[in-house]
Amino acid sequence: MDAGRLRLYARGWTATTVFQVAPMVATAGLLVTLHPVAAVVGAILLAHAWAIPELYANRGAKVVKPRASADAAAEATAVGLLGDLVGHEARELHARTGLVIERGSLGVWLVGEAGALLVRGRRVHCWCVRVPDPALPSSDRIAHLLLALREDEQGFATVANHAFAGARWRVRRRLPKSQRPALAAAARLDRMDSRPR
Amino acid sequence: MDRTGHTTLAEWTPADPDAVEAAVTALREQLDAGYYAVVNHGEGRASQVTELPVDADLVILRRPIAGG
Repeated sequence: MDAGRLRLYARGWTATTVFQVAPMVATAGLLVTLHPVAAVVGAILLAHAWAIPELYANRGAKVVKPRASADAAAEATAVGLLGDLVGHEARELHARTGLVIERGSLGVWLVGEAGALLVRGRRVHCWCVRVPDPALPSSDRIAHLLLALREDEQGFATVANHAFAGARWRVRRRLPKSQRPALAAAARLDRMDSRPR
Repeated sequence: MDRTGHTTLAEWTPADPDAVEAAVTALREQLDAGYYAVVNHGEGRASQVTELPVDADLVILRRPIAGG
């Protein structure tokens, strides 16, 4: 996985969405002009056209959905180790949102316990990736993923399943409110890096 | 890193050959069990090792990751 392939994935998602949504919008437009009863069907089509990208975005946002915590003592120990791996700001952000922010060469990552978001400009790529042991504490899962990401960012993105790529605002809407500040922080960091993409 | 949060498997100093030997043995056992040994170098950087870097402050054992 590299920057070129990420751009390809992003364009692929955009094209897929357009191909699915555009016919519905066009048909809805036609129906509205035909007859008042047909306009109702047109409105339903428009609702579908809106819902499809939302469902995709929801699928993407779900990769970082918080899971139920394991043993509290184990979690406290794991948080300590994870805190040692990241800086003060990332530690504070994790405490608030459950996500760890990490600057990479492909963009700015937000690592959760069973997935990661990659912020690149106005787009977010959503990845499903995990440590295959459900009994690990949440922070331990994040630490495993974070270390794997630091070792080999492109390898990390290759192993992970690409779940969605789309507009940041769309993913933000589907994230739990508690996690939205992490996405905003990643976007700020990405802007500061201001890499051309 | 394990189900208890984490467990210290070995501690060593370069000046203590017995401790280093014990750490090397512990590391080898964990690598054989499928763990990866990682030395963290701060934000954005970590390296995988297959032998004990005696001068490292900390070697973390992590599990392989998989796509969800």
